[in-house]
Amino acid sequence: MQDLLNIADKKISNRLFIGTGKFPNKPTIKDVLESTNIEVVTVALRRVDLTSKGDNILDYIPKNCLIMPNTSGARNAEEAVRIARLAQAAGLGSWIKIEVINDNKYLLPDNLETLKATEILANEGFMVLPYMNPDLALAKRLVKAGAKAIMPFGSPIGSNRGLKTEELVKIMVSEINLPIIVDAGLGKPSDASRCMELGCSAVLVNTAIATANDPINMAKAFSLAVKAGRLSFLNGTSIETEYAKASSPLTGFLRDDN
Amino acid sequence: MEVKINGKSQNISEDITLSELIAQKGLNFQRIVIEHNLKIIKKEDLAQVKIKEKDNIEIVSFLGGGRCRIC
Repeated sequence: MQDLLNIADKKISNRLFIGTGKFPNKPTIKDVLESTNIEVVTVALRRVDLTSKGDNILDYIPKNCLIMPNTSGARNAEEAVRIARLAQAAGLGSWIKIEVINDNKYLLPDNLETLKATEILANEGFMVLPYMNPDLALAKRLVKAGAKAIMPFGSPIGSNRGLKTEELVKIMVSEINLPIIVDAGLGKPSDASRCMELGCSAVLVNTAIATANDPINMAKAFSLAVKAGRLSFLNGTSIETEYAKASSPLTGFLRDDN
Repeated sequence: MEVKINGKSQNISEDITLSELIAQKGLNFQRIVIEHNLKIIKKEDLAQVKIKEKDNIEIVSFLGGGRCRIC
């Protein structure tokens, strides 16, 4: 049976989501998305540069991809709601990744403003996926507010430091009855694999792929790692023990004291 | 007349509509969203909205991933 991730009204088979910032050029984004069969991508909304006639990111995203705009740049709930409504008006559907950040050093999300924005937008019919600081009580409130998945960070955006929030993410997986998607900070495929082994439903990766020497190969590596971690989770994690347990029979050795 | 477009004051010709402004700027209707004095204008309504002196117009579109600032 196919292992599908259900979020809102969608069934997703590829649990590696990709952010489209920082790539060396737009054709590389297309190559990465196509070669790894990515199904969910994030894009940002911003002012059009009236002085240059660049082509549009949407021309490089395969038609079968679900585009999830984010509200990056928003410093409070009001700004996030404004960006979300503009994104919806662009006609790409109603999925929105809420991102409210007012800390420029670590780019950590403001959970309270995120909750406010989630309440407003979920009420308006948006499929809201909030990016958040992994706090269980807040996550429960986001569920109540109508979020469709919860996106805790692994470590600060773009830091490549991996799953520093592991203990908190584990609690979220155990206690929150919505998909948990680790977003931000995953620097190595093994980080992504670890998230999936813990039972996270998906991961969102941008910097580690976009800034890799070979983004296409790095995306493949992440994709394999996500699949491996997922299979391991479905299989059930092996039990850890303090001492060794021999794998080979402890009889019939080629020695005299046998 | 003077209006604000994407946060910058600009002089544009009198008595034009939003769709005329977009055409003058050489932008593709399909790829942008217009906010006129904080109100989102549907594509089909752009030709009906006349721009007035001191109006605030935001023209936005999508781009790759990361951080942005429109507010």
